[in-house]
Amino acid sequence: MQSEWKFTSKDIAEKPDLFMSGHRACAGCGATTVLRLLMKATRGPTIVTTATGCMQIVSSMYPYTSWAVPWVHTAFENVAANAAGIEAAIKIMKKKGRVKHSHVDVIAIAGDGGTYDIGLQALSGAMERGHDFLFVLYDNEAYMNTGIQRSGGTPLGAATTTSPAGTVVPGKLETKKPITEIMAAHEIPYVATASPYYWRDLIIKTRRGLEVEGPAFLHVFAPCPRGWRTDTAKSMELAKLAVETCVFPLWECINGEYQLSAPSKAIALSPEKKKPVREYLQLQGRFRHLFTPKFEKLIDEIQKITDQRWQRLLKKCGVSASKT
Amino acid sequence: MSEKSWKEISIGAVCWKPSTALLTGDWRTYTPVRDPAKCTRCLLCAIYCPDGAIHWKPERNDIEFDYNYCKGCGICANECPTKAIEMKLL
Repeated sequence: MQSEWKFTSKDIAEKPDLFMSGHRACAGCGATTVLRLLMKATRGPTIVTTATGCMQIVSSMYPYTSWAVPWVHTAFENVAANAAGIEAAIKIMKKKGRVKHSHVDVIAIAGDGGTYDIGLQALSGAMERGHDFLFVLYDNEAYMNTGIQRSGGTPLGAATTTSPAGTVVPGKLETKKPITEIMAAHEIPYVATASPYYWRDLIIKTRRGLEVEGPAFLHVFAPCPRGWRTDTAKSMELAKLAVETCVFPLWECINGEYQLSAPSKAIALSPEKKKPVREYLQLQGRFRHLFTPKFEKLIDEIQKITDQRWQRLLKKCGVSASKT
Repeated sequence: MSEKSWKEISIGAVCWKPSTALLTGDWRTYTPVRDPAKCTRCLLCAIYCPDGAIHWKPERNDIEFDYNYCKGCGICANECPTKAIEMKLL
């Protein structure tokens, strides 16, 4: 199932954008980079369905659309059910000879609200039924579209409008839900995490997810300058730092076999390359309160949780846990 | 845009116009300016640009900024390995 597709940066730059310019995303939006790269990895006829969220709002200002492919908007909770329906319809139309293409790819795109919280039930059902589609989660770690409310994907200590940092409470008190492990536990053929900074890795993983027979899940990190209170120019730098600090390690789970992807494997093999989470946190305004004397202890707590999750992942990937 | 009644809206509220008609370039404050001598044509800027505002022109072996869509976020200047792009207040 390993993709044989070889490409250079020039091939990618030459390929026409299927997610076109003129969308209404904020300047420096990480998720639009993710979507552009995602659509460059398609291999033929593709149908996209998007849950309510930033990427639906910015790409379809009636009567304008940014999509150069057939695109369906659904409510927050049922994007996976919709993708399952599209896939089933194509299957029967192929049988009746009404669809002539040898394969039609279906991609479902949802934000972290539409995956972690609201859409989890439909997603779990579609994965269990084994529909052949790729589910892409672009994770900007809160409900950014409606005004930065906390979601299941918001990390510990992050200030959002519904978990504000004050004199007593240091932002969100709960940790990020390990959604990719939940999806891997469904025993579906392909689960992966990706970061737009490692664009080659992201494109290869998208192509693998499309090529695989059966459901595939791709969790992509998408920095949000508006919600994270960062400089718009730092989006890709944050996507890189999240991987280097092991806050968001890159790995794949192919038929239940965990394996680290190249950028994270380099850190696993030489642990001195692993950066402290402090470097990642200090760039973001949503963690600003952690750098006051009162809440400084929380940084150590975040480092501890990150290290624990990283060690657990190394064990799953069969890489000998080295002292970090 | 004038208000429309439901009878004038397309069936199924289908969006039929391409968003390339929306010129988002007027949001921009800082403008990316490239030094062609420093540029190595690695195309990282064209890949990372969230707006697809940097085009690769194979016939000229060069890149071209499309200021109609550039929102001036500065990702290209931040990620450029040779620091050939500078954000300027024009």
